[in-house]
Formats: sequence, C-alpha cells, structure tokens
Amino acid sequence: MAKLDPAGLPLEHPDPRGYRVEAAEGDRMIISVGPHHPSTHGVLRLILELEGERVVNCVPEIGFLHTGIEKTAENLTWQQAITVIDRMDYLSPLSNNLAYVLAVEKLLGIEVPERARYIRVLMVELQRIASHLVWLGTTVLDMGMMSGFFYAFDIREAILDIFEEVTGARMNPSYIRIGGLANDVPDNFVQMVQEFLDRFPKRLDELHAILDENPIFLDRLKGIGAISKDKAIAYGLTGPNLRACGIDYDVRKAFPYCGYEEFDFKVPLGTNGDCYDRYLVRMQELRESHKICVQALQRLPEGPWQIDDRKIVRPPKHEVRENMEALIHHFKLVSYGFDVPEGEVYVSIESPRGEIGYYVVSNGKNKPWRVRTRPPAFYNVFAIPEMVRGELVADLVAVVATVDPVFGEVDR
Amino acid sequence: MEMTNGQFFVTTIDKFVRWAQKSSIWPLTFGLACCAIEMMNLVGPRYDAARFGSEVMRASPRQADLMIVSGRLSLKMVPVIQQVYQQMPEPKWVIAMGACASSGGIFDNYAIVQGVDRVLPVDVYVPGCPPTPDAVLHAIMKLKESIAQGRAKGGVMAREA
Repeated sequence: MAKLDPAGLPLEHPDPRGYRVEAAEGDRMIISVGPHHPSTHGVLRLILELEGERVVNCVPEIGFLHTGIEKTAENLTWQQAITVIDRMDYLSPLSNNLAYVLAVEKLLGIEVPERARYIRVLMVELQRIASHLVWLGTTVLDMGMMSGFFYAFDIREAILDIFEEVTGARMNPSYIRIGGLANDVPDNFVQMVQEFLDRFPKRLDELHAILDENPIFLDRLKGIGAISKDKAIAYGLTGPNLRACGIDYDVRKAFPYCGYEEFDFKVPLGTNGDCYDRYLVRMQELRESHKICVQALQRLPEGPWQIDDRKIVRPPKHEVRENMEALIHHFKLVSYGFDVPEGEVYVSIESPRGEIGYYVVSNGKNKPWRVRTRPPAFYNVFAIPEMVRGELVADLVAVVATVDPVFGEVDR
Repeated sequence: MEMTNGQFFVTTIDKFVRWAQKSSIWPLTFGLACCAIEMMNLVGPRYDAARFGSEVMRASPRQADLMIVSGRLSLKMVPVIQQVYQQMPEPKWVIAMGACASSGGIFDNYAIVQGVDRVLPVDVYVPGCPPTPDAVLHAIMKLKESIAQGRAKGGVMAREA
C-alpha cells in the first residue's frame, strides 16, 4: 500500500526491481533512467538491465504525462474537443487538429473549400518543419553540440512568428476547425511565408555544414540502434523511423488526403534503419516539406476559407450584430454545438512522427462518444528496447533522441 | 546597498546574500509537456535567459536553484516531482509555468493535479497555454524582485512553517 500525503497523492513510486524486469543475476545491474532525465525527451522512464556497459534489456515505462485527453474530449462538443486534441502531440498540434477534423468532416460528409485545403496543407507542412527542427535541436544537444540547438531553434522562431500572426498563438493554435479554419490568413501571410521559404534552404545548408562532416556527431549515430525491416513492421513503426529502414510508406502518398496527390514531392528513404538513417531521412524531409510549402503558396487560391453552412460554422461577427437568424445560429453553435450523424470512422494522416489516426465514434449527439487516437510515438517508443539491445549505455541517448518521442502523445 | 566615499560598500549580510541569490538563478531542465518546448526557447537564441543570470539549465537537481514546472502534472508524476524538488539544494524556488501547472488548466479531470501548488510551494505563477518565453522571463524578473525584498525565501520558510 503506497503512503499518501495529506493531499491524497501517492508518495512512492515503484521499485525498478519489482517492475517487470526479473531481478538481476550475477554481475548484471538494473538502473532506472528517467522519468526526469535530460535525454528522455519528456517523461519517459527506461529500466535498463546492464552487463558492464552493454544494455541487455530495456523496459520502457510510460504514463507519467497521462492527461485523460480522450476522456476529456468526450465531455466537450465536437468543435471544443480540438483544443484538448491540440495538446496531445505538442510539437505538431496542427497535424492532430487536421486528423481529428478530417475524421469529423468525414462523418458529417462535408468538403472544405479549396483555399481552406491549401492553407491546411501549408500550415501542416510548416508545422512539420518546425517539429523536425525541435527534433534536430534536441538531438544534436544530446550528442553534445550546443550550437546546433541554437541554429535549429533560430530557424523555428520564424515559423512560430508566422503561426502567431495567423492564429494568435505560437503553439497549440487550434487553427484547423471543422468546416474550414478558425479565421482567414492575414494580408501579410503570403509575404511572411515567402520570406521564410526563400531563406530556409540556405539555413538548412548551414545546418548540414556543421553536422554532416562532424566526426563526433557521425560516430555517435552511424551503425547505432539499427532495426530490421521485419522488426520495424512488427513493432508498428511509422513515419521517418520506418522509412529509415527503407520501407516506402507515407500516408501522404499511400492514402492521399487534403489533395496531397497534387503536390510533387519525394518520400526520402534510408537503408540500414540506424540512428544515422533516421537523421538523414528527417533532414531530407525538411527539404521535401519546403517543396510542398512552395507549391502550396504558389497555388494558394482566393475564395471562401470555410464552408457555407451556418449550422456548422459560425456566422461572421457583423452579421451577428445585424441579423436575427445569424444571432440564433451563433448562440446555438457556442452553447450547444452541432449534432454529428451516428457512425464511426478512422482517418489517419502523416504527422512528423508517423501515422496519426483518429477513430471517432458518434452517437448522433453534440459530443463525441469516443475519440480514440493512434499516436505514432506510442508505437515508436516500444521499439526502443529492440534498437538498444546490445548497444552501450551512451548509445541509448542517441536512440531515444532519433526515435523522436513526444510524451503528450504517448501518454495522452 | 550604498557606496560611501566611493571606497567601500555598507550593507547588511542579509541584503548581500539576497543580492547574490537573485543574480544567478539556474533553472532545472524539468520538462513535462507543451510548456517545456517554450522553456527550451527560453535559453534559445532569441530570448536568451542567460542575459538575466539564468546562465545555463542544469539537468541535475543538485546544481539547480529554480524549478520551472512546465506543463501538466499527472498523479503518477507527483512522487517524482517531489523527489526531484527534495534533491535541490536550498535556497530553491518554483515557477508554475502555464495554466496546467498553475491550476490544472483545461484538464479538470481524474489524471491531472489541479495546480502544482498542491504538492510544491510555488513562488510565481505564469498564465498562458503555453506562456510565451517573454512571460517566463518576466516571471524570473518577478522572482528576482521578491528575492531582493526578502519575500521569496527559497523553500526554507515553507519547510519550517
């Protein structure tokens, strides 16, 4: 029985020896890494069984950031649920938004206007660049390079500025809404994005210049933490981690959504599935995302940015002030929301970490009956033991960093 | 603190200690959720908390003065955060960064502690979801102010009370 403090909260956490790993034999040692550890990228706890410096066994323990997001979403209206879903994968909230919104739109049977679709693609790809830059910054920091972190975060600031201008928030913008977007992009949007896109390839070259020939960085990645194709599929890896093994699977190509089939981009692949390949794949993805952004910005059409159905999207403010019917719609939408026809759908998209899917069930009411997430990072984390077995303790850091877990998403 | 004839300082030991404490607050790298990413920006090139004495983030609680609780605190994390806090040497301060750490935020449910002040003595609360790095810098300034005024005792009084 765990001791409780006056607030009714448990004071002890389980002994690693009693925690699923068998008691150590002979010279083996069991150590606990995390949940507070600089290189676990969040609140992951790894229980390691070591023989000298070699990792014999590794058991991840998750749940330190369990937030009850799926359950909370069931008590919010369909539109409100976007705010909590934002906070799942906090490095790419817009991908979460998009997957959930596409699922609900599929239930409703609505199609958003062209302009909304293009802005969605543009924002999600910018988000992918931002997310990969955080990954890059933290990974090089773990490999002992502070300057790479500064470079990556400096580039990312420009994207956050765009987000702040468009959505009002740097992170967790809840921008993609059912039926379109929260608001149209501001007038200076095209110019801001253009400036960023013009500058980005050069900045990326800088990063390549400081990383690609850095012997320390390469030594810590090459041939470390490899996973075979079969194992990668068996563990359910998706995203860059899967593509680093050479498996050509990208939801954007395999099951195009949001009109990704109209864009010209490649899916970068690795060969060995080791840390270095995961690094290379993500670096090339940055370029591909840049390509998609350029195309989306060029073709950005004029026109409406949300559907014309007052039962689903709010009427513009000036109409609410003048028109009785618009006021009623507004009141109904903010107080009750809207009903979604009974049914269940699964929609998945390619987030920076892999295939993020939403299995949404509606019982015909104004609140979701179930919002089940398929978070890519959850599956990726449980492949870490496979990658790290037989490697040195120091390589664990490289493996965890290149797998790129986000614990908001793993624990939900 | 005052200068007499440009030769020497006259001050109380208390004031001098507080000046020393406030001038170099090293935060602990304690990332929980979304706010942790904005906390990383805090030491990034644009915001650069090093300008204000928070020269470097320390990964070990034994080398840190300030715990920035950045994100939602789940029930499972409570024993961990308490242990980490206990490992920090005194004086030590706590900033509750963001709505979740301050009050539970939008997550009023079974999993999240409704405010980190239920388990730790908090000195400064920062609103926002997540707060911008500017807001956290402001919080660090406020913390310095209250240290200088002798209001934030760094966990010492909290324990004795």
